[in-house]
Amino acid sequence: MSILEISNLSLSFGGVRALQNVSFRVPENTVTTIIGPNGAGKTSLFNCISGFYKPQQGTIRYQEQLLPGSVKPPRRAALGLARTFQNIALFRGMTVLDNIKLGAHVHMKSGLLSALAYFGPARREEMAVRKEVEERIIDFLEIDHIRRQPVANLSYGLQKRVELARALAMQPKVLMLDEPVAGMNREEKEDMARFILDIREEWGVTVLMVEHDMGMVMDISDHIAVLNFGQVITEGLPQDVQNNPEVIKAYLGNSDIDSLRKKLNAEEEAA
Amino acid sequence: MRIGDAKQSYEADEAIWTSPTQKVWLGLFLLILLIFPFIVDSYLLYLGCLVGIAVISTTGLNILTGFTGLISLGQAGFMGVGAYTVAWLSINTALPFPVTLVLAGLMAAAVGILVGLPSLRVKGLYLAIATLAASVFLHFIFAEWEAVTGGMGGLSLEPAHLFGMKFQSDFMMYFIIVPLAVLMVLAARNVFRTRIGRAFIAIRDRDISAEILGINLLRYKLMSFALSSFYAGVAGGLFAYFYRVVTPESFPLSMSIFYLAAVIVGGMGNLLGGILGAAFMTLVPEALKLLTAALTPFYPNAPVFMSPMLEIIFGALIVGFLIFEPHGLAEIWHRIRRFFRLWPFRN
Repeated sequence: MSILEISNLSLSFGGVRALQNVSFRVPENTVTTIIGPNGAGKTSLFNCISGFYKPQQGTIRYQEQLLPGSVKPPRRAALGLARTFQNIALFRGMTVLDNIKLGAHVHMKSGLLSALAYFGPARREEMAVRKEVEERIIDFLEIDHIRRQPVANLSYGLQKRVELARALAMQPKVLMLDEPVAGMNREEKEDMARFILDIREEWGVTVLMVEHDMGMVMDISDHIAVLNFGQVITEGLPQDVQNNPEVIKAYLGNSDIDSLRKKLNAEEEAA
Repeated sequence: MRIGDAKQSYEADEAIWTSPTQKVWLGLFLLILLIFPFIVDSYLLYLGCLVGIAVISTTGLNILTGFTGLISLGQAGFMGVGAYTVAWLSINTALPFPVTLVLAGLMAAAVGILVGLPSLRVKGLYLAIATLAASVFLHFIFAEWEAVTGGMGGLSLEPAHLFGMKFQSDFMMYFIIVPLAVLMVLAARNVFRTRIGRAFIAIRDRDISAEILGINLLRYKLMSFALSSFYAGVAGGLFAYFYRVVTPESFPLSMSIFYLAAVIVGGMGNLLGGILGAAFMTLVPEALKLLTAALTPFYPNAPVFMSPMLEIIFGALIVGFLIFEPHGLAEIWHRIRRFFRLWPFRN
């Protein structure tokens, strides 16, 4: 069963056609990855799903329900669509703990008056969230040593991890990760890959990610969709995608690997 | 030196004052506030009341500008709405002051929501101009709607009353203003321990990712405007009871700038900063006047030289703070605390 189904999605900005008839599905409880060269439309697709862009054509179905463009981002967050950004979008003035707690915002209820009084319902709710965040998320992502630090002081890898923690606090059904390991060193990448797999297995969350690191993509994905020039070239299992001539052409510019090798060798000899 | 800061429960960890030392200092401070009116002269008492009113209004503006990132030049206008509400109610009804002050706050909050409506579309300086326009508009209403506001002549009102008790003197007003200021600052602090306060800060820091987390921008921006102008309305109401006369000239544009400066000098997005900023902005001009008076016996010409200099010195002090302490007075306080946390060791 697919939790998210994109059909015939088209989006253009003036003359630029960012997405053309994009169709693919995200099977439930999988790690599904969208790959494709720069400018293929991966982030535009994410923005359509999270409600920042309104596609001109096509439909997005989430849990078998149609998700029209009129459903705004906050509502989509409440429905269980969480995401992280390519460039870290944390709140720099706040501590790690407050950033993560913000993820739980949509699941909290206290209003302004109970917030002003604090003692009573607001405090009970805050403490429940704190417990949840501490015991399920901070512990799981191994960031307990930095919980009091302002986000601005942290390394890039840790900031990415805090952003993941914040998305998890939203109790998502689908977690969209935009380049979760970009710019990380090998150790940080391995940590992140482990977290992503655990999120799928232990939390039962479907992960939809955009990533360029092919090693990691092939290792952890259950399902891959390849996007090029705003169109889906193919989708399927990692090994199928890997050997698809169209995909090789999109990345290397030529479907004939042997002739490419010959050409490269000839160039090397000439040099 | 402070060691072993271990907590056993999340409640204890999220308390505002976590260490015994802090609680002792807080107790001392409250005690001083309590005995202050009994030991000082009428002039200091008057200043104490003014600082109290300024603290309430500055805290309100800090919620809006410092925490939510929406610059407003309408604070004096909102205070005016509160002051006129209190004046009108005390002339036309027999309501006691707690009721009139709450109504003043609510009235200002309603006006604040209206003024805040453009904030979804316009940000930064453009919003400042929009609120400036609103404050000019309010000023116009104060001056022209004679049937309610008394026009340029303004309104005079009876002293605040409760259960037949009349709060006529500064001494009695002190016991309304200062407890209310303490209470309202505490309430503001509470807001920033909950999801609402976090949503405000999220909007200030990065509104797009606030939206992706499910924060409705318009709703929270308007809530911030409402809360901020509620504080302004209550401060304006106290102002009305304190001076017992309200005219359109009581709330000039320069007053909005005064509060904005108090927030910036104190430290944006820091409630302690708002308090320090309010005290600084109220007391420094007075201190400069006292300095002039103290110099007069030695330099008989001091008032002649000093009076035009006061504004310049005051302005220079503010500029100096912005350059040398961009995070405001609150940062100085935090530095002192850090020093004593490790004392007698260094670093």
